[in-house]
Amino acid sequence: MDRRSLLKKLFFSIPLLVKGDLFSSSEEGNPKTQKTKSKYGMAVQVEKCIGCARCVEACKIENNVPKEHSYFRTWIERYIVKKDEEITVQMVDRGAKEYAVPSVEKDILRSFFVPKLCNHCSNPPCAQVCPVGATFLTEEGVVLVDDNRCIGCGYCIHACPYGARYLHPETKTADKCTFCYHRLKSNKHPVCVMVCPTQARVFGNLNSPASPLVRVKRMKNIHVLKPYLNTRPKVFYTDLDGEVR
Amino acid sequence: MTKKAVSMKNFVQKIPEQIKRLSIVFFFLAAGVLLARAYLVPTELKESGIHRSKTIQTEISRKGSYSESEVCSECHDDKDTLKRSGFHKFLACETCHGPGAKHAEDPETTPPSAPRERDYCSLCHAYDASRPTGFPQINPLVHNPLKACISCHEPHDPKPTEVPRECSACHGGISRTMAISPHIQLDCTTCHEVPKNHKTTPRAAKPSKPESREFCGKCHAEGSDVKGPPRVDMKTHGEKYLCWQCHYPHMPEAR
Repeated sequence: MDRRSLLKKLFFSIPLLVKGDLFSSSEEGNPKTQKTKSKYGMAVQVEKCIGCARCVEACKIENNVPKEHSYFRTWIERYIVKKDEEITVQMVDRGAKEYAVPSVEKDILRSFFVPKLCNHCSNPPCAQVCPVGATFLTEEGVVLVDDNRCIGCGYCIHACPYGARYLHPETKTADKCTFCYHRLKSNKHPVCVMVCPTQARVFGNLNSPASPLVRVKRMKNIHVLKPYLNTRPKVFYTDLDGEVR
Repeated sequence: MTKKAVSMKNFVQKIPEQIKRLSIVFFFLAAGVLLARAYLVPTELKESGIHRSKTIQTEISRKGSYSESEVCSECHDDKDTLKRSGFHKFLACETCHGPGAKHAEDPETTPPSAPRERDYCSLCHAYDASRPTGFPQINPLVHNPLKACISCHEPHDPKPTEVPRECSACHGGISRTMAISPHIQLDCTTCHEVPKNHKTTPRAAKPSKPESREFCGKCHAEGSDVKGPPRVDMKTHGEKYLCWQCHYPHMPEAR
């Protein structure tokens, strides 16, 4: 082999070396990707919700959410559809003294409760707009916020089409539902799911056919909030009223 | 040779020799950096950024104030068995008793709350027009005012029971589905225990559902005495879930 052909062969082998190494390290080198294949999601059975707000209270205690009204990781809305098709949405807050349960009004056509929380979108707008990359999607499909990186600009709070984020008054960073990430690792359900007295919330692994969540998805009429935004939420609503936004 | 190729050749020839040699040096430098990067940069950084794995670690290590009903039943098994048969069977202990992680660690000094006021029960059971039909509700103003709920109702088990005969009068859909299923020969009461007043107040007194895997296992476990039904290995099949959580029992599909 002369020098020219040797150099030529060396030259062409470089990209192969680099590429091969990169691929092998990213696919096999990380044991995490092989172990966790679960993808978490939640189903909310609207027809079962009694609006007792146990979930809201438990969530606030578990996740150090400020007690004041307007700070929520999960919350419950009461939809009231009147006979003239006028729709009112109230925030259910049973802890507040001024909150009054509306008496039966004759012009009400129907009313119901809708629990809301972060939809843990597979295509999250909040993560796209974050200027410092503090919000991200984990392998399990949970959207998390890095407290140390978040600069509290509030861009994500405006970008979230579901209004699921708030600025924490103490840390001055964006805060949101984490599906109680600290409980998931020890195979516990999020507290809102656990304390719900009517099992209106069903939590599970979307990748396991035996999980109760997949059963609900199979047996019920499923809808997600604002599907036209193509955020691909992982919170599914059963028998959802068409008026719910 | 075409015109284009000729001009290309001229262009290459015009490049000074030292530039050509320098570019080779630069090429090897760049290749070296890329190679070193691929070997030296830790996988954590390449995967999703080190700050992400840190965030995940801090999230996991966070200590919550809530525990689990399974933990409660380790000591309070009497309340657990009482609760199992009643309407409150799917209620978590901490729904009423509040966060209990501290109590589980240190039972003596940190007792959980035990709400005894009327106001607490009526958070769920006071009449509210927005609540789903059939959910048991009372008007707190007229329903034994000022009397504590728990003086009449045992909060861990509020329910009576007895069995009626015919079901298809109301549950036509289920009985027609079952008529073409392998379970046609089973009575409704084989699997459901029906409260006596289910006929008069159907939603207030609901029939039970099988609560254990062993119930279905009586026919479907390997080594069962019943002839005919398909068998599964109860130890490996279906993890921790009840059979009817995956298989619709009125029309069980063979999988």
